[in-house]
Amino acid sequence: MEAAGIHVKDLNAWFGAKQALHGIGMEIPAKKATAIIGPSGCGKSTFVRCLNRMHETLPDARVEGKVSIGDLDVYGRGVSPVWIRRRVGMVFQKPNPFPTMSIYDNVAAGLKLNGFHNRHELDNIVERSLRHAALWDEVKDDLKKKSGASLSGGQQQRLCLARALAVEPEVLLMDEPASALDPISTAKIEDLIFELKKEYTVVIVTHNMQQAARVADFTAFFLMGYMVELDKTETMFTKPSDKRTEDYITGRFG
Amino acid sequence: MLKSSQNISVRRRVTNWLALGSICLATFIVTIPLFLILGTVITRGIGALNWDFLTQIPKPIGETGGGMANAIVGSIELLAVASLIGVPLGIGSGVFLAEYGRNKWGNMVRFTADVLNGVPSIVIGLTAYALVVVVQKHFSLLAGSVALGIMMVPTICRTTEEVLLLVPQAIREAALGLGIPKWRTILSVVLRTASAGIVTSIMLAFARVAGETAPLMFTAFGNQYWSKSINQPTAALPLQIFTYAIMPYEQAHAQAWTGALVLISLIMFTVILFRFISSRSTIKGAS
Amino acid sequence: MQTMPEPMRSRNTESPDEHEMTESIASTEALKVVPKSRVGTQDNIWADVVFRSVVIFCAVALVASVGLIVVELLKESHVSISKFGFSFLIKQVWDPVNEDFGALPFIYGTIVSSIVALIIAVPLSIGTALFLTELCPRQLRGIFSLLVELLAAIPSVIYGLWGIFVLAPFLRAYVQPFLAKYFGWTGLFSGPKYGYGMLAAGVILAIMILPIIASITREVITAVPRVQREAALALGATKWEMLRMAVLRNARPGIFGGVILGLGRALGETMAVTMLIGNRAEIARSLFAPGNTLASVIANEFTEAVGNVYLSALVEMALVLFVITLIVNALAGLLVWSITRGMPSRALA
Repeated sequence: MEAAGIHVKDLNAWFGAKQALHGIGMEIPAKKATAIIGPSGCGKSTFVRCLNRMHETLPDARVEGKVSIGDLDVYGRGVSPVWIRRRVGMVFQKPNPFPTMSIYDNVAAGLKLNGFHNRHELDNIVERSLRHAALWDEVKDDLKKKSGASLSGGQQQRLCLARALAVEPEVLLMDEPASALDPISTAKIEDLIFELKKEYTVVIVTHNMQQAARVADFTAFFLMGYMVELDKTETMFTKPSDKRTEDYITGRFG
Repeated sequence: MLKSSQNISVRRRVTNWLALGSICLATFIVTIPLFLILGTVITRGIGALNWDFLTQIPKPIGETGGGMANAIVGSIELLAVASLIGVPLGIGSGVFLAEYGRNKWGNMVRFTADVLNGVPSIVIGLTAYALVVVVQKHFSLLAGSVALGIMMVPTICRTTEEVLLLVPQAIREAALGLGIPKWRTILSVVLRTASAGIVTSIMLAFARVAGETAPLMFTAFGNQYWSKSINQPTAALPLQIFTYAIMPYEQAHAQAWTGALVLISLIMFTVILFRFISSRSTIKGAS
Repeated sequence: MQTMPEPMRSRNTESPDEHEMTESIASTEALKVVPKSRVGTQDNIWADVVFRSVVIFCAVALVASVGLIVVELLKESHVSISKFGFSFLIKQVWDPVNEDFGALPFIYGTIVSSIVALIIAVPLSIGTALFLTELCPRQLRGIFSLLVELLAAIPSVIYGLWGIFVLAPFLRAYVQPFLAKYFGWTGLFSGPKYGYGMLAAGVILAIMILPIIASITREVITAVPRVQREAALALGATKWEMLRMAVLRNARPGIFGGVILGLGRALGETMAVTMLIGNRAEIARSLFAPGNTLASVIANEFTEAVGNVYLSALVEMALVLFVITLIVNALAGLLVWSITRGMPSRALA
């Protein structure tokens, strides 16, 4: 299936009584990388978690609005969140490989736990996913011997990426994927995003503006639960339309 | 100007030493009974501990020899059947509390589990009596297992909850984010990560319940011979120890000590094993 | 727009890894093996519902078993309740032949034996807890706390066995004469010295409830924040003064909760008490006298009780015991929870 663009209309989200997102509307183009930037607490993580219906797993959380991935209505009636999450991959801020599973089992987890057990195909998929995540060469001899948690931080994050890629999502969401990593691992992850966006629609949340500038085709600026501006990255950083964007980028706040 | 000597009055210093000394003394006093009891059980029990003891059933009063084989087997059988009730209900409620119970319903269940934990074992025995023995019109292994099973539930439930809560939320999110449904996440990811802790909680429940006598007195009731079915009364190690202890015969007393030795060895072994495993798994497990 | 972000890195040079990767991504099209067409909405929801129902059923079963206990106790004690009414709780008679029963001696015995146990156990437990948390060298901590845990693991019947053959003779030979000689004037230590009796029961109960009070006290003491201790020391307090002012005072509600929990345990203890208390339904002032508790009379007489009224009276005593322990444990739970926020299960286990 082709990677699809995301259409968001009038998205609102709450934590209990507190409203975290106000009327977000945007178009995220397919097979491009779109960065979401903004100061802490502006709702960027919440937004991204609404795209794969992870936000509603929190107690007292609520979402209203329309999100479409390609022609799939994410919040449509009768649409199972579980199914959405199979089509949308997510890499979290802190690497979270399954500690009791080997590297192989970690990558295969999304498939195995959904009933897919063909050994030969699994081997192929695991290898392919680890290659996509630039981790294959480092772990190919220890696939079943080492546990997912025994790798270094950067390797763990790439493992989580491989795990997300193994189920062939159309969209890849990354919530500050490199913020817990050292600069070298961060660079590796950024290199990967460059390659990944040729095949997947990537949405990356980052608090690092330089990272957005390096990696993303488009950037959206969020502030206090509102989306202030969405532009080509180059435009955003050289000629932003909104003064608040300009203030944030030049470091006047945040 | 501070005087370097005498900045604490003698009275305060003496009080300090006395108090700290009493604290150490208290601890010392507390450990004495443990060694005394274990020592007595070993010295008085080891004499009659032989192969016969472990393989023969009791002989009638006056005859020498005989053993507690039926009681040992009876205890094992009671625990086995009890765990069929106690383990699933305990783990199930533990999963409920950890994964679905962070709310007022969960609090109610949690409170009830603590209440059940505090109910005297003899009261639970009476309940099993009313539920099973009165209905069946005879004592039975089943009745005893029901009583013991009920007793296992709160221990397993609360420890399972604790262990599950130690699994980081990030792991659950990773699984949910992959499109793994919640039930599969709990079963194949969360429970799997917490499995060592759950196993030890079951062992702990076993150790606690294996030594219980009161709930068996009007349920399993005891048996001088082998129990042939789940509907017959059965001997159990603690019950047998009690019966012998209050008999006015030296011989019976000797057997009681030996039975105590067997029982306490099994329990101590389990407790120490539990401690060992749980200290290892906190290093290795979810972090 | 003073600050310019770094220019995008040029992607002209490809490292071997990337080359490989580009190839693999291109060949992705050929390997679409994961079945996406399965909508999977229905079976997922169904499986989730089933799992959730099973788990809720287990929780409900737990709650129901407590309900069952109450129902069965009420059912079986109905005869006695309707015959004796409230006077059951204050009558002193225990006459199986004439079917006249009163629970007062047993309530008295339960309370007195537990109080004796608390008087002995509380200072020792708090001392042990303080030792383990404040004074014990780190390496020895594991061993000592294991010892306390082992004390908790000894079954009641073995305590009773040891009590009959070791503790009771010891009390009879050494302790009781000593107490009678120096404290006999209180009236608490008079009468024949059997060894058995209220004192023996109190002592064995004390040993049995030590671990639980000690471990809860340990938890609440550990929960007192470090800054409190440092504040006291910084004022020039000695170690003991610091413990008294900063630690014990702050932990007081929790310690109190642990004591009440220990009380709850003592109230319900059956086997060791039955074997040591002398089994006589009497109220006496002296601690040397034999007595009986609610739990021990049930254990002793239930299997030989004949007649509906007799049995029913015994079950009614179980009901009284249940209610008392329920109130006591609920109180304890609240107190401990207020300090440690809800996780005393390790101590209970």
